[in-house]
Amino acid sequence: MAEPEFGASGIEERRPLSPHLQIYRPMLTMTMSIAHRITGAALYFGTVLLAWFLIAVSAGGGTYDAAAYCLNSIAGKLILFGFTWALFHHLLGGIRHAIWDAGHGLEYPQREWLARATLFGAIVLTVTVWTIAYLGY
Amino acid sequence: MARRPAPVRPAMRRMRFLGSANSGTADAWNMRITSVALVPLSIAFVAIVLSLLDKDYAAVRAELGHPLPAILMFLFILSGVFHMKLGMQSIIDDYVHAAQLRKWALIANLFFSVCVGLACTCAVLKLSVT
Repeated sequence: MAEPEFGASGIEERRPLSPHLQIYRPMLTMTMSIAHRITGAALYFGTVLLAWFLIAVSAGGGTYDAAAYCLNSIAGKLILFGFTWALFHHLLGGIRHAIWDAGHGLEYPQREWLARATLFGAIVLTVTVWTIAYLGY
Repeated sequence: MARRPAPVRPAMRRMRFLGSANSGTADAWNMRITSVALVPLSIAFVAIVLSLLDKDYAAVRAELGHPLPAILMFLFILSGVFHMKLGMQSIIDDYVHAAQLRKWALIANLFFSVCVGLACTCAVLKLSVT
């Protein structure tokens, strides 16, 4: 709870601070805020997959076969599905933040509606894109 | 860079977390600009990936080497990498406080972003040139 600052002496390290996560009931908007950050971090690490795929395509042959096999496996498809959902969730969340930056939607019913729209919109978009992907085969 | 060259002593104070790095406004603005760019570019990226699904290897190469998808991929990768570097920097600034860990985490973030960005860009470049 008490986080020592850089260069803090002993007594400053143990000073009491107000509890925050320990007592706050999770609300939709605050959960969506941390979900925006978590999906962003997941996308950050997921770009390694994109780099691997593109390098495999440009390198050709065995590298591409290995990458295609891994990405087409059950685990690979699961990871790609999660990556797609994270992308859409973060995208819609970013649009929500842009709406807030413009000053709109900060009042009580609108911000809850925006949070729900982000949540359901991301799921709908993910399922739509994956349905299109499967129908194209 | 827009900042005037700084004398060494105040620069060392900034590096040792004793003062502002004066990059806040630029970072906030770049975050917003890359976000705006990434809205259409992410949609374009998903469309490109969907178009690759039913293609064999030669067709994938041809598709990614074709100018329009390649240019969209370049734009997506470059704005995306800049966006993710700034985002991860905010995460590190918020949660990592120990001095040495923070310094190396910020360096690792920069290196990771640059490496991933250049790897993707060079791969698409190779596909568009050959």
